[in-house]
Amino acid sequence: MSIIMTLRIALKALNRNKMRTVLTMLGMIIGVGAVITMVALGRGAQATIEEQVKSAGTNVININAGNFTQGGVRQGQGMSSSLTAEDAAALRTVPGVQYVSAGVNSRGQLIAGNQNWSSQVQGVDIDFQLIRSWPTAYGAFFTPQDVASASKVAVLGKVVSETLFGPDVDPTGQIIRIRNQPFRVIGVMAPKGQGAFGQDQDDVVFAPYTTVQKKLQGQQHINNIIVASETPDTATVSAAITEALRLRHKLVAGDPDDFTVRTQEEIASLRTETTRTMTVLLAAIAGVSLVVGGIGIMNIMLVSVTERTREIGLRMAIGARGRDVLLQFLVEAIVISLFGGLIGIGLGFALSMGIERFAQWPTSIPADWIGVAFGVAAATGVFFGFYPARKAARLDPIEALRFE
Amino acid sequence: MPVISVRNLVKTYTVGEVIVRALRGADLDVEAGEFVAVTGPSGSGKSTLMHILGCLDRPTSGQYFLDGKDVSRMSKDELAVVRNKKIGFVFQGFNLLSRTTALDNVELPLLYSGGSKMKAAERHRRAMDALKVVGLGDRFHHFPNQLSGGQQQRVAIARSLINEPSIILADEPTGNLDTRTSIEVMDIFQKLNREHGITIILITHEMDIAEHGTRLVRFRDGKIQIDQQITKRRNAGEELAALPPPEDIDIAHIPADPAPEAHGGVA
Repeated sequence: MSIIMTLRIALKALNRNKMRTVLTMLGMIIGVGAVITMVALGRGAQATIEEQVKSAGTNVININAGNFTQGGVRQGQGMSSSLTAEDAAALRTVPGVQYVSAGVNSRGQLIAGNQNWSSQVQGVDIDFQLIRSWPTAYGAFFTPQDVASASKVAVLGKVVSETLFGPDVDPTGQIIRIRNQPFRVIGVMAPKGQGAFGQDQDDVVFAPYTTVQKKLQGQQHINNIIVASETPDTATVSAAITEALRLRHKLVAGDPDDFTVRTQEEIASLRTETTRTMTVLLAAIAGVSLVVGGIGIMNIMLVSVTERTREIGLRMAIGARGRDVLLQFLVEAIVISLFGGLIGIGLGFALSMGIERFAQWPTSIPADWIGVAFGVAAATGVFFGFYPARKAARLDPIEALRFE
Repeated sequence: MPVISVRNLVKTYTVGEVIVRALRGADLDVEAGEFVAVTGPSGSGKSTLMHILGCLDRPTSGQYFLDGKDVSRMSKDELAVVRNKKIGFVFQGFNLLSRTTALDNVELPLLYSGGSKMKAAERHRRAMDALKVVGLGDRFHHFPNQLSGGQQQRVAIARSLINEPSIILADEPTGNLDTRTSIEVMDIFQKLNREHGITIILITHEMDIAEHGTRLVRFRDGKIQIDQQITKRRNAGEELAALPPPEDIDIAHIPADPAPEAHGGVA
């Protein structure tokens, strides 16, 4: 019997029991839909991270002061005073290093007119803007003279600017008070959005690191250095940086680093890994519903075989071979699972779009997973349909014809 | 050469711990064009013989030649082909597919032969021809539950004809029918036998049905007890003419029964 004929017989049989067919299909629809939605959410999260990595600058290497031990007490990262501006300056001579910016972290209450806002105040060098490829929306970034003379100038993040001066206002030339010291606003950064760890990158004030050291903190060390390498080969450059810093800090072999070097990629891959694990976990849970859907198909097919025992006997009496009967029931199971799978893919699409629209979660529907879902649906049909189909094919025609 | 030739046929099977010797050495030759009525009490082996003749079952020992070919040693798939091409089955319970039109029911055997490569129009034409032969030229698109018992049995006979078999095996085809309808069905069998030269083997309990055949075979205890020509053969056509006309109720014009299985269709 031709496969098209088998398909037509299967469709007719399924059509005779519409309600049951639809309910059985529902198991597959929900299963496939759930898998697609979960994977779409996971892929969306991964895509966001990749976007953030790009926005943070691609060839970026972060060096943090840290791992500093004093009298047996280990200090947290960035808390020790192991890095200095001289370290930063020295890194400029390391091969492969393009830009270097020393960084000092601080927080403070900002006041402008009758508005005030608590934000982080980052002391950076002029290279910072180049490393992060981050243009200004208004005004300009500070100059080498500002850094050298520790002048009280500030470049505001978009959030800070809008909070203190209102949206779409150019605050250049205004005075704000940081920890009660007057700073002149010389620019506003273009919006950057969320950072790799979910922080708002626009809720920040930039000032020359020398100013933050001397005017706000009254100390000499720096918290971090960010470096841009000339090529994307950040691993080699970060190794060279480690070497140079160990030499400067007079660490002998066996001493632990008193700083940490991380490439942007490492930071990102950590989070990507986490997200991927979550995606796999969610997809696995969704996969359970797919298996349940498959068992539903098997259950219904078994009922169907018993119910149609006499039909099977008749078909055999008029010339159906075992394999014709096997194929008939197998095709019925596959039709249910494939149709269910197709509708499930549609449902997955709809759910993902709904989530993106109403929950503002980014989703990305992966083309390869559509193929996978379809394949899994077909395989489910074959796997769970085979046993009932074989049971039908092995019936004794005489017994089957007598079946009441 | 006989179309069916059975030699020393033995069939033994076990039901639970009981050994049933259904056939204990039956010999039978059926010539082409014969109309053999097989009778006998329940358990005499006539149904078992029918199953073996119909290639639904294989004998424990003995030989069965169909058109000169030894069928008793054929594989299951080969038997399926024989059932499809050479033999037409008619059952007591009709065994039509429910919620399937008369036309589709009649076409069914074609799907398992070369018919699946046949164009749909060609299949329809053949099914329509078969339905016309049994006098149902106006019931192509009726469902089994819209047909009377006699009409359903005629659809089943049309189905058995579709592959132009040389033999029709009918297992108590009138068992579920009233007297008049029974005679109508026997009329069809007699016409098929007489006009199309189809060999018919018919199992029945009733002597007056058996007397429509040309030859009577009576089973007892797994063996053939009586095998004789029927001298006073009944003619169904004449009987029908003698009967009072049927009450003029056409079931097709009664609203369809809500329960689709009401008329013995196959679920």
